[in-house]
Amino acid sequence: MRDERVRRYGSVALVALLIAVLPHFIPSYGAFELTYVGAYAIGILGLIVLTGASGQISLGHGAFFAIGGYTVALLGQKLGVPYWISLPLAALASGVVGLGLGLVALRLEGIYLALATFALAVATPSTLKHFKALTGGSQGVVLSPLAVPGPLHGLITPEQWLYYVTWTLAGVFFFATSLALHSRLGRALHALRDNEIAAVSFGVNPHRYKTIAFGWSAAYAGVAGAIVAIATAYASPDAYGIALSLALVTGAVLGGLDTLWGALIGGVIVEFLPLWAQNINPAAPSVIYGIALILFTIFLPGGIGRALQSALNSLRLRGGNQHARS
Amino acid sequence: MPALLEVRDLSIHFGGIAALTDVSFEVAEGHISGLIGPNGAGKTTCFNCITRLYQPSSGRVLFSGDDLLQRAPHELAAKRIARTFQNVALFDRLTTLDNVLVGYHSRYASDVAGWRRDDAGRREALAVLDYLGLLGIADRPVRGLPFGTRKMVELARALAASPRLLLLDEPASGLSAEEVVSLAGVVKRIARDFGATIIMVEHHMQLVMSVSDHVIVLASGRKIADATPAAVQRDPAVIEAYLGAA
Ligand SMILES: Nc1ncnc2c1ncn2[C@@H]1O[C@H](COP(=O)(O)OP(=O)(O)OP(=O)(O)O)[C@@H](O)[C@H]1O
Ligand SMILES: [Mg+2]
Repeated sequence: MRDERVRRYGSVALVALLIAVLPHFIPSYGAFELTYVGAYAIGILGLIVLTGASGQISLGHGAFFAIGGYTVALLGQKLGVPYWISLPLAALASGVVGLGLGLVALRLEGIYLALATFALAVATPSTLKHFKALTGGSQGVVLSPLAVPGPLHGLITPEQWLYYVTWTLAGVFFFATSLALHSRLGRALHALRDNEIAAVSFGVNPHRYKTIAFGWSAAYAGVAGAIVAIATAYASPDAYGIALSLALVTGAVLGGLDTLWGALIGGVIVEFLPLWAQNINPAAPSVIYGIALILFTIFLPGGIGRALQSALNSLRLRGGNQHARS
Repeated sequence: MPALLEVRDLSIHFGGIAALTDVSFEVAEGHISGLIGPNGAGKTTCFNCITRLYQPSSGRVLFSGDDLLQRAPHELAAKRIARTFQNVALFDRLTTLDNVLVGYHSRYASDVAGWRRDDAGRREALAVLDYLGLLGIADRPVRGLPFGTRKMVELARALAASPRLLLLDEPASGLSAEEVVSLAGVVKRIARDFGATIIMVEHHMQLVMSVSDHVIVLASGRKIADATPAAVQRDPAVIEAYLGAA
């Protein structure tokens, strides 16, 4: 068991170190792209909480990205609120809306919840365009770029600064999520997912925990959306359409919904898969998403995350046996 | 001795089927009671009414004077009522230890209290697993375990809730003859060591008669007998019900 811990923390430390030094070995544009990876990873972490842990489906997480993005954009543009204040507010706003949607979700099972959240994703861009006075309509809102703080001036580029802020947040969220999912709260969600009647019989309040999962997940998506908006320096309605929502779900399923590493892998997929696919054909991304989703749900339901984990485990077992023999 | 559980005139029907009709009985604190009857007699339905999974059409369920029908299903665990399920209802993707830890859910003060790595809960859960001889499978996912072992994991989860009232629905089904013998000992030990009041639904007559202080017999949703094991075995109505069903 001690070994297990050492290995787990060891691999986390290794990945953290890699993320910390990476910007110094890649061009500035690379850091910029990896900032998006970090943001998407945070959003997918939310889907891991919602779908992986609590068993509820959302095809509309792009809507929470929109809430986060527009919160930082509008607070900045209209009231001059700095990002370190507006970012937590983005999480809060999105989380509160998520709690509300969670209450609605209590009345919807499986496919109906999928449909309702799908409708939300479809409705998001037109809703944003409709409330012109507030949102600026289809023109969107321009954000001011994130400034490198005084003491770090000249030491790192703005892209690198945003990269570090994003990945620090991602690190904090990964750690907090891991802790929470291994505590009473996480077990309650897992129990509801696996067997609701048994969970309820042991005191798990199903309404409470399912709603919490929605709010929690939406708050992450809000932060992710805020980071994307800051990185792009622009929030526009069409950035939050059904394509984003489906990309997030695809990333989550391909990455793997039952290990937190899945969020990291999913983030990479959401950022880079469309770029690779576009080289093949401009229409390719959505087709590839569709095909990959089907193939993965049938042949690799645990996603790449779980596949890697079992591969590593079996390697380690083999290594262990050799030890025993020698 | 005062009754810990009092079921009064309990009735429930599903469409045209009267699953329970005016069933009343009492269970004394500290006793082991057998609840028997032919298939479809309404035994599981009775458990489901007590634990609020079913809403009876009439009647009352009093637990230590508290009207359980006024409570939501998830509130019963905090009153230290725990159960096992006839068809085994485990959390299949969790390990044995995590299954048992869910049994602790209502014993933590809050999620925040449960945040701090819950070492106390873990220690107690491991002690329960040790008590039932399941320590070796603590870290195994429950999905792959044999049926009899899964039933024992369910029992461990119920014990983790530190039950005052423990409802066991056919704990012996699927167990080998030796396992049934050892189960009799386990049930008696649990009553003693945990101070639990136990109601056990069972078809295995030898087991019921050897551990029960008192046996309640249902047939077609009605109570037909309620007495000591010896008296029930001699009761013509009971013999008739079992022969009629056979
Ligand atoms: N949810 C339900 N919907 C419809 N009918 C039900 C439901 N639950 C139980 N019944 C019916 O109620 C009657 C009693 O069933 P119950 O499961 O309580 O019997 P039992 O005594 O536990 O039998 P067994 O020994 O086979 O487990 C049966 O006729 C059953 O079909
Ligand atoms: Mg039954």
